[in-house]
Amino acid sequence: MLAAGDSPVHKLHPSAKLVVTIAYIIITVSFSKYQLNGLLMMIIYPAFLFSSSGVTVGTCFRKLRFILPLVLAVGLFNPLFDRAAMIKIGNITVSGGTISMVTLMLKGVFCLAASFLLMATTSIDNLCAALRQFHLPPMMVSLLLLTYRYIGVMTEELSVMTDAYSLRAPGQKGIKFNAWGSFLGQLILRTMDRADELYNSMQLRGFSGSFTYADCKRFDRRDALWIVLWILLFLICRFLDIPGILGSLLLGGFS
Amino acid sequence: MHMADALLAPAVAATMYVASGTAAGVSVHKLRKDDEERKLPTMAVTSALVFAGQMINYTIPGTGSSGHMCGGMLLSALLGPYAGFLSMIVILTVQCLFFADGGLMALGANIWNMAFYGCFVGYFLIWRPIVNSNWFGGETKSAQRLRIIVASIIGCVVTLQLGAFSVVLETTLSGITELPFSAFVALMQPIHLAIGLVEGLVTAAVLVFVYESRPELLMDVDATGTAIGKRSLKATLAILAVVVVVVGGGLSLLASSNPDGLEWALFGNEDANVENMGLDEDNFGVESKAAETAGSIQESTSFLPDYAFPDDDSPAGTTVSGLVGSAIVAAISVLLAFAFGFFRKKKQAA
Repeated sequence: MLAAGDSPVHKLHPSAKLVVTIAYIIITVSFSKYQLNGLLMMIIYPAFLFSSSGVTVGTCFRKLRFILPLVLAVGLFNPLFDRAAMIKIGNITVSGGTISMVTLMLKGVFCLAASFLLMATTSIDNLCAALRQFHLPPMMVSLLLLTYRYIGVMTEELSVMTDAYSLRAPGQKGIKFNAWGSFLGQLILRTMDRADELYNSMQLRGFSGSFTYADCKRFDRRDALWIVLWILLFLICRFLDIPGILGSLLLGGFS
Repeated sequence: MHMADALLAPAVAATMYVASGTAAGVSVHKLRKDDEERKLPTMAVTSALVFAGQMINYTIPGTGSSGHMCGGMLLSALLGPYAGFLSMIVILTVQCLFFADGGLMALGANIWNMAFYGCFVGYFLIWRPIVNSNWFGGETKSAQRLRIIVASIIGCVVTLQLGAFSVVLETTLSGITELPFSAFVALMQPIHLAIGLVEGLVTAAVLVFVYESRPELLMDVDATGTAIGKRSLKATLAILAVVVVVVGGGLSLLASSNPDGLEWALFGNEDANVENMGLDEDNFGVESKAAETAGSIQESTSFLPDYAFPDDDSPAGTTVSGLVGSAIVAAISVLLAFAFGFFRKKKQAA
């Protein structure tokens, strides 16, 4: 379990990580479609998190392998429709569409990596405690926590049913038409009974509408510093053309 | 249909967060009036079930492909619109946070596209009016079964169409894709029509099973298996007509007057002085007598060519063609229904 690690990033307050992740995504997405130079600088945040949290880049891309092609596919049309030449490097002309395609793909990959890193370094209990501190209705937070708890149970139950079904129908792909209703319907009926039992057991333990979070960390100076420094850095990357400045400094040095 | 962060501009994403947040606030407020504590475990376990259930593949007879069930319609039929909406929010949040299915910033838009339409439009404008109607011969169990099937299919198709259109609208407003708006619409809507039909059939099968085993679990259906309040055929049709007018008229009014992607690539856009492949639209293709005859037949039969009144460029033309299109589809559906004897039972009962 990735979120159970104990790196310095894991030890940060979940609210601090959530705020920085949201700020990162908003600022990354706000780059215009031709601002490839500036956008490249935003790699600094995921790169730092990967190196300091111990989460490997391979794990991230393995987990995201189903969703990445979708993000990449959207930009593919841009070079077809936006053919105006934008950059000329020797004889090679790069069109605006190609640049906007690469920008869009990078935005997608960066945002996915940032969300992945948040969840890889924060447990669901800590995240829910942070959401409560942001005054989200207790009902929503309790619902999120309970649903997350029961997704494992339901997935396991359904995989047992699917295995049993496929063993009785070897070589058949998916559930046959005549069992469409009864397959999931049976489970819905059992689930409703289970919900009643769950409610009764929660009542017996004194449930009063919301959960209490015992091991929630305190928000300290380190967390505040984490938020301020990162947001400052993101804003510098957003509004100063650092690659451009570096480039002109370098070229100026040669001339 | 889950949107990634990169597909949205921050302003559009924020607007969608406000819209979805307002709907969530109203839902929490409504549920507080009910027995919130009692509903919580049912909502959680049912959301988990729907989450897991969406991974099951249902084989579509006669084809090699498979379908899934429609979460929004199933949840609002089992839990009601408000609890269903909150459950869908939680499902989408878990998908976003733990499975990278949809972005964190795009969550507001995804909730609107997939949960709002499925739960509120699907329940208030489709499920409740149809299940409460006296269609297919009144209070018999088989009539109720048919009403559940029809409500599930129409619900899934309409809500998925609205969701797909919202995806196109949000992406275009964000200025993300260079794909022309009309080409994007032409790509998204038919795909989601097919998906909606299959999802509708799967959802109908599951809900009919629940209805036959434990009818009290379904909204607006009482323990004896018949609908609680009876709404006349006329009233139900009036509500559905409003849905058709809003969906057909509203969507086509918003549709761009730009030529579609393929046309644009081949012929360019005269108004914008763009030529692209530089072909002449009037003299393009193979010239033959048969082609000319076919062209003239098509011109005379399509009384609203290119979805507008002939010689009229006003948006009203586009709206009217959307409405006329909806009316034609409705008329064909009614004719087919009569042809296949859907209303025979009603006549016998009368």
